[in-house]
Amino acid sequence: MNEPVKLKAKDYKSAVKPIWCPGCGHFSILNALTKAFAALGIAKDDTVLVSGIGCSSRLPAYVDSYGFHGVHGRGLAIAQGLKVARPDLTVIAMGGDGDGFSIGGNHFIHACRRNVNMTYIAMDNEVYGMTKGQASPTTPADWDHSKLTPHGPGVRPFKPAALALAAGAPWIARGYSGNPNQIAKLIAEAIEHPGFSFVQVLSQCITFCPEQTDWKAIVNEREEAPLVDADEAAQLFLHEDGFQTGVLYNAPRATWPPSPPEPQSQDITRGFCL
Amino acid sequence: MTQTELSVAITGAGGAGVISVGELLLQAWAREGGRGLLRKAFGPQIRGGESAALLKLTESERYTAASSYQVLLAFDWNNYSRFGDEIKLAPGCIVFCEEAAEVPAEVMAVKPDLVCLPMKQLAAQAHEEGRVNMLALGLLGQLLGLSEASLSELATQKLAHKPLAYQQAAQACIAAGTGYGLSCDVPVPVPGAKGCWYISGNQAAGLGALEAGIRFVAAYPITPASDVLEWMASPLEQLGGNLVQAEDELAAVNMIIGAAFGGVPAFTATSGPGLALMTESLGLAVASETPITVLNVMRGGPSTGIPTKSEQSDLNIALHGLHGDAPHLVLAPLDIADCVYTSAWAVQLAQQLQTVAIVLSDQFIGQSTAVISEPQRCAALEAAATEDNDYLRYRLTESGISTMATPGDAGLRYTADGLEHNEAGTPSARDDDHQRQLHKREHKLSACSYGDAWARAEGDGELAMVCFGSASAALCEAAELLAEQGVAARTVSLRLLAPLQVERLQAALAGCSSVWVIEQNHGAQLYHYLRGQMDFAMPVHSYARAGPVPLSGAAIVAAMKEATAA
Repeated sequence: MNEPVKLKAKDYKSAVKPIWCPGCGHFSILNALTKAFAALGIAKDDTVLVSGIGCSSRLPAYVDSYGFHGVHGRGLAIAQGLKVARPDLTVIAMGGDGDGFSIGGNHFIHACRRNVNMTYIAMDNEVYGMTKGQASPTTPADWDHSKLTPHGPGVRPFKPAALALAAGAPWIARGYSGNPNQIAKLIAEAIEHPGFSFVQVLSQCITFCPEQTDWKAIVNEREEAPLVDADEAAQLFLHEDGFQTGVLYNAPRATWPPSPPEPQSQDITRGFCL
Repeated sequence: MTQTELSVAITGAGGAGVISVGELLLQAWAREGGRGLLRKAFGPQIRGGESAALLKLTESERYTAASSYQVLLAFDWNNYSRFGDEIKLAPGCIVFCEEAAEVPAEVMAVKPDLVCLPMKQLAAQAHEEGRVNMLALGLLGQLLGLSEASLSELATQKLAHKPLAYQQAAQACIAAGTGYGLSCDVPVPVPGAKGCWYISGNQAAGLGALEAGIRFVAAYPITPASDVLEWMASPLEQLGGNLVQAEDELAAVNMIIGAAFGGVPAFTATSGPGLALMTESLGLAVASETPITVLNVMRGGPSTGIPTKSEQSDLNIALHGLHGDAPHLVLAPLDIADCVYTSAWAVQLAQQLQTVAIVLSDQFIGQSTAVISEPQRCAALEAAATEDNDYLRYRLTESGISTMATPGDAGLRYTADGLEHNEAGTPSARDDDHQRQLHKREHKLSACSYGDAWARAEGDGELAMVCFGSASAALCEAAELLAEQGVAARTVSLRLLAPLQVERLQAALAGCSSVWVIEQNHGAQLYHYLRGQMDFAMPVHSYARAGPVPLSGAAIVAAMKEATAA
């Protein structure tokens, strides 16, 4: 047996060139992900990246692991089916804010509730980029840059962390594309968390939301330890500005499915014989 | 008819235990070697609606729904009347009913042999917890010549989880029924060999899937498919597999895609509205060449339609519902026993061809329970050869089938994609990649050799009848009726609908002077599909009648006669 070669971050990248615009925040998430893989010594053959549809969902093809680029909004369902059927694999789902919180919103809350041992990275740029700049569930109510909603979407944006907490997610973190080293640490911790781990990454869309460059001045790293009390976390997530980064909540609980009972008889026809 | 058949209808309010009477009666009958079918008919309510156990005791295992009933036991007349045309009484039939109630005029019109008795009072006298349904079981058991001991034993087994008083009440009421002095009599069918199975089509389809290797099931409840999933849960656990109750059908289909991508054969069951929700992702499974099997237990549609009753009206969506050019398999089990075979065959074909298989069962065969000889099994298909040099997931091969690596396979990493892709799986919008991959996905299905299981073809004659799925029994019944009238007919019951085996079907119809396409829907979906797929050398007629009344041989023959006379 050869000694396993220690892989570097770049060794986890595939030969496929990203379609993202220059300056897109998603590049830094891709870099952070491969950095986290290198730090954990992740086995490429035993890792699957699963995504939905959108700019961010193109990411699996850019990583040299197994991958599944699915349909819009359903990445979490594919990922959970895979992980339940193949608990030996490391499964990471990812997608954008439209994919995860709008068309896939039901899967998001049920994934938080179900607590399958996997990681979900929401690459949140508050906009539908691939369809050229419409408001998403996390877009500010007064954002009036889209022809579809010329007066702004006019509805309150989702608070993804609050939603995840209410639905039962045991581990919640937030990163910012301007700080890839922090994202790498968050992703590595998320993968190691035994259960459903949710990483929201504020990822700026330079093309449709150039104003997001202002985020740099607003984001602030949380200095306190992650909250373990759901009531305290609820207070935080309902009242914060959404720009606090770090591991925000960490309260592990039993994952699903529980360990299966010992296999019994293989005869499954007995009940039918008279 | 040379064989004796006896049809018995038991009607009452949902929750009154009508179905239990039917089940126990058929089980006791089957123990004696009798053959029979129990069809369950409900209103859409769970409790308080109408409910009917419709039994047909026979000497063969070809099960059609009864066209008329020689025996009726009505707990009350209100719920009986809600079935309208669905329960036709034979002239002079035996009717058991509550003494005090006025018998409806439409029942009196068939000049029944009335057995009016104080059922409620007799049940209460037998035991303070006594229920009419167990008294009814005793009465009908007596009529069929079944022993009190056998009925009592089966009832006690069924009530094993209930308090002892319930069991004692059931035993007392059964005894009161079997001991009641009945003066009526009916000819009963001759029993056959003992040692049969007692199984519903939904259970049979689940069994076939598990026997073919399904080890992951995602489930979202929907009538009339829920009981497939409910039955599978325990045996799947027994086999070391997993079942996930999904949040909706969108999740269910994507979960099985995920499991199948992981190399674990995966399955879900649904009905029309659920299939509609799943179709986007069926396209994903076709494009990414991920093998999945979806059992669709058809019910009256569109929309919520008649969710508790049968129809064959999802053929169009199963064949044509996917967006883009998305070749896939569509199969249909021909009867309850065949649900085991067709379900297993579908799973194996989906695995071999790395595609979607939709299996079109329906409420009639799905939720009916029958006594059957041990069902025929589908032999394992040959596994495709694998390759791992210069691995390309979507390699263009002669058969169209390329090796599917699964996560964990060393060095064969790829990203499955619903985006059009090249041989490596890399997204591509190029014309040449699109043409080649479209051809690959179509060719692997059309080049496959499906063998003799594509249809069940029987008989000879210049008249041919073609159907799919559960219409097969009515078709064969029609052929028998025609034979009695001196008309030879052949029947072709299609098990494989897509890809349609055009050459084989043409060969099966060679020499016919006319063809009738028989189906249980309003739009003549099979008729139009066949007309679009192939040329016929003879006139083709359609008999398409929507549910909820089951197809019958007599109605088919009558329609043919009418068309000929016109």
